[in-house]
Amino acid sequence: MKTHVTVNGEGYERDVEPRMLLSDFLRHELGLTGTNVGCEHGVCGSCTVLLDGEPVRSCTMLAVQSDRRRLTTVEGLACEENLHGLQEAFTACHGLQCGFCTPGMLMTLLPIYNEARRLTDDEIRDAISGNLCRCTGYQQIVESARKALDEAADLAEFGADAEG
Amino acid sequence: MKPPPFDYVVATSLDQAIDLVSSDEDAKFIAGGQSLIPLLSLRFARPTLLVDISRLSVLRGVRSVADALNIGASTRHADIERLPVVRECAPLLSAAAGWVAHAQIRNRGTFGGAVAHSDSAAEFPAALLAMGATIVTRSSSGERRIPSTQFFGAHFQTALQHGELVVAVEVPTADRFSRWGFSEFARRKGDYAIGGAAVSARLNEDGECTSVRAGLIAAGPGPTSAEGLEETLVGHLVDESAVDAAVAQCERSLSPESNVHGSKEYRRAVVAESLRRALHQAFDLGGTQDERRSA
Ligand SMILES: Cc1cc2nc3c(=O)[nH]c(=O)nc-3n(C[C@H](O)[C@H](O)[C@H](O)COP(=O)(O)OP(=O)(O)OC[C@H]3O[C@@H](n4cnc5c(N)ncnc54)[C@H](O)[C@@H]3O)c2cc1C
Ligand code: FES
Ligand code: FES
Repeated sequence: MKTHVTVNGEGYERDVEPRMLLSDFLRHELGLTGTNVGCEHGVCGSCTVLLDGEPVRSCTMLAVQSDRRRLTTVEGLACEENLHGLQEAFTACHGLQCGFCTPGMLMTLLPIYNEARRLTDDEIRDAISGNLCRCTGYQQIVESARKALDEAADLAEFGADAEG
Repeated sequence: MKPPPFDYVVATSLDQAIDLVSSDEDAKFIAGGQSLIPLLSLRFARPTLLVDISRLSVLRGVRSVADALNIGASTRHADIERLPVVRECAPLLSAAAGWVAHAQIRNRGTFGGAVAHSDSAAEFPAALLAMGATIVTRSSSGERRIPSTQFFGAHFQTALQHGELVVAVEVPTADRFSRWGFSEFARRKGDYAIGGAAVSARLNEDGECTSVRAGLIAAGPGPTSAEGLEETLVGHLVDESAVDAAVAQCERSLSPESNVHGSKEYRRAVVAESLRRALHQAFDLGGTQDERRSA
């Protein structure tokens, strides 16, 4: 079935079998292997991508269901050699060990970062409650998220002040 | 884990969707896919044909009709949680939505899908039982309006016939006499509940309870209505001892099954405590937060 998607700003058209999961489509058809696949039944969150700007699990979506929609994967975060602010914060605060859960964590946090929302630690834990990490014990992930979100919020407030 | 092969059609009209599924006993509707796709991947479901109803605009939208709110089947969990009209007119549903799965799943999963799926541990069926909702369906033989108490059965069974579609759900609009409460316990926020309760009640001008209903979560083989609340609470200014008596009576009728989350005794206690907390919230009594029952 003909499926046209925009991924990280680029258009792709492929003929896909209806049963192909979006996660497999991204990895095997488009070669975007940054999206990781853990449980393949919606529990672990490692396959999280943005669909029209909102986080969804790519393993609980059929590739054909993404026809004419806009996706963002972890490959869309860094530009050239510059890491994204979220990636910088995860590096600075040791927010990853093996890195398997990291793309999902980043994509889950990205819309919050873009909205420059400042969250408490409890709210951060709630926001990433659908993402499992087997390594870090979550503490450094919460610290990474707090650092990135605070920086985004500071920047937005500074910008608003400068304009006002 | 990969789904078995199937055909896939994006429905362009309600009638076409109904015709396609009705004429093939192994065909299924797919909405948000958040229950169905995991079942396909685990190969617990092997449909021949999936008919995607998610692009049908007639199933979208929330609107006020007389003294009810009509919620289209395609309304996503995230919309139920956030839409101002739902928060204002059906606050119990918005509160329950925050407990349905994780944010990524709430962005895809649909209200109609959760109602049709009818998991005993799901939040929306319990909330609909509490609110006395009506499920509006369509099939090749026409429209039906099914009271929630006649809709949900045991073990994922519902009143739906093969090829019958949930079109919308109507819930009574909250007014100044309406009260609600919601409480749930799960290991991790967003996981299916170990136990929970949704309460909807009405008071009169004097603050006496004129009606009260509760839907229980993970309390039995299907979405469950709490028994006996009306006899104990209606006609009274509800206080803590009345709540305790009502909960104790209801608890005796519960029969959750033992599973990996706990023995049936433990799960019964969790449901009863959730009901107590939800009733406290609804009747604005003290001690709704983190208070443990001493018994
Ligand atoms: C990890 C995980 C955790 C979850 N936790 C929870 C939770 O805590 N609480 C909870 O309530 N749910 C939970 N869910 C399930 C989620 O809420 C689903 O979104 C919901 O159960 C089904 O909605 P859907 O739109 O995704 O339906 P689908 O998966 O598309 O369909 C489910 C079933 O309903 C049928 N169907 C769908 N729409 C209609 C319709 N309009 N009319 C008739 N039949 C229809 C389909 O044929 C299918 O049989 C969880 C899911 C996952 C993966
Ligand atoms: S791989 Fe998608 S949620 Fe685990
Ligand atoms: S860093 Fe290894 S799973 Fe999270």
